[in-house]
Amino acid sequence: MSYAVEQNEKFAAYANPERLVSTQWLASTLEAGALADGKLVVVESDEDVLLYETGHIPGSVKIDWHTDLNDEVTRDYVNGEAFGALAAAKGISRDTTVVIYGDKSNWWAAYALWVFTLFGHEDVRLLDGGRDKWIAEGRDLTTERTAPVPGDYPVVERNDAPIRAFKDDVLAHFGKPLIDVRSPEEYTGQRTHMPAYPEEGALRGGHIPTAASIPWARAAAPDGSYRSREELEALYLGEAGLTAGDDVVAYCRIGERSSHTWFALKYLLGFDTVRNYDGSWTEWGNAVRVPIAKGTERGTVPA
Amino acid sequence: MPSGFPLPRARNAARSRRKLEQMTTHDLPAALAEIVDDFQALTEADRLQLLLEFSRELPELPDRLKDHPELLEQVVECQSPLFLTIETEQNDAVRLYFKAPPEAPTTRGFAGVLHEGLDGLSAAEILAVPDDMPELLGLTRAITPLRMRGMTAMLGRIKRKVAATSRPAS
Repeated sequence: MSYAVEQNEKFAAYANPERLVSTQWLASTLEAGALADGKLVVVESDEDVLLYETGHIPGSVKIDWHTDLNDEVTRDYVNGEAFGALAAAKGISRDTTVVIYGDKSNWWAAYALWVFTLFGHEDVRLLDGGRDKWIAEGRDLTTERTAPVPGDYPVVERNDAPIRAFKDDVLAHFGKPLIDVRSPEEYTGQRTHMPAYPEEGALRGGHIPTAASIPWARAAAPDGSYRSREELEALYLGEAGLTAGDDVVAYCRIGERSSHTWFALKYLLGFDTVRNYDGSWTEWGNAVRVPIAKGTERGTVPA
Repeated sequence: MPSGFPLPRARNAARSRRKLEQMTTHDLPAALAEIVDDFQALTEADRLQLLLEFSRELPELPDRLKDHPELLEQVVECQSPLFLTIETEQNDAVRLYFKAPPEAPTTRGFAGVLHEGLDGLSAAEILAVPDDMPELLGLTRAITPLRMRGMTAMLGRIKRKVAATSRPAS
């Protein structure tokens, strides 16, 4: 059985409070010996591949977005076999409650959570505020290596369709809302990549026509936790113009920052159909003959 | 698996293994060639450990630079904030100074490698280092090509700064 859902006022306002835990909840749950029976596994997922090694939450395991979750050859995620093997090696079984946290307001943790969701892992939660909030509160860190007791994880086929959009899905999506979570400079097309850094850029700058610009970090408070429901509604229902029941696609440059926004829309505001377009600008900005809008205007639905 | 991370573990392992094997030769300054040989003597997991050791050994900025952040420039190509500057001493030795936060150990590790490998060399020696030197560390698979680009950018920035100071525009 999975762990009881944390009850607090902030989370209660969200559509799916069971997707978040607070640092206080995690600290007391760990203190009560939660890691001993394999029912709870804490996963750290960071942008920096060495950050976990400098100190992590005691008993947590590391999953690296790039080396563990991305297929090494094809631009895709790992398959069911590789995911099952990874999860089992980290001590995760199919019914384990997984709590994921990471650096930079949980940017990469949300991405890992999204990949767990592609495999239909039922009980996967984010630590609200992530690594920075945990550290800011002076909570325990260790460099002790965690040696998990292997879990038992079945081979589950990934189910992409409900939460992942491909380029053709986006082309068929025109007329319905899109959220671009990149920086304003990337949105307008002023910049496709960092100066003197051509390799991972795109041949064209701009955004997918009609996409609203809501940089991902605006959903995060200064302490790295998600903003309140009211604040998120002002951002996405107010500024971006979404309405309840909308079918939404979010994208960024490679799909990581938009996972953070996907989580907010899906679990905090309760939109049923939210997909992350992980091909994002590195695909769209290089694809032949796809429509692009430049400048600060959203642009119109292509004819 | 031993618990904890004894500081020079990977470096010591590399050194003892290298005694047994023939040294590789590189067209690199001696200190940098030594570092490359150390990385290449290790397994992938230990190469990451060695990079972590370099991140811990990156020297602090001297006080005169600490108090003057405007004297350093940011390498924006790195994932995490990295600032660097160079100074040329009277004997033509180029001194390198880096600043990167502790929450960016990979970036600090790259800076540590470049500091140990290049600090104190002449401008000509630094400019002769091949641009793709970071590839020689054998980290590309473990760290991913995306992350290695940060180090390539760092080396590029150092070389551009060295070129700008040693060869005034004609």
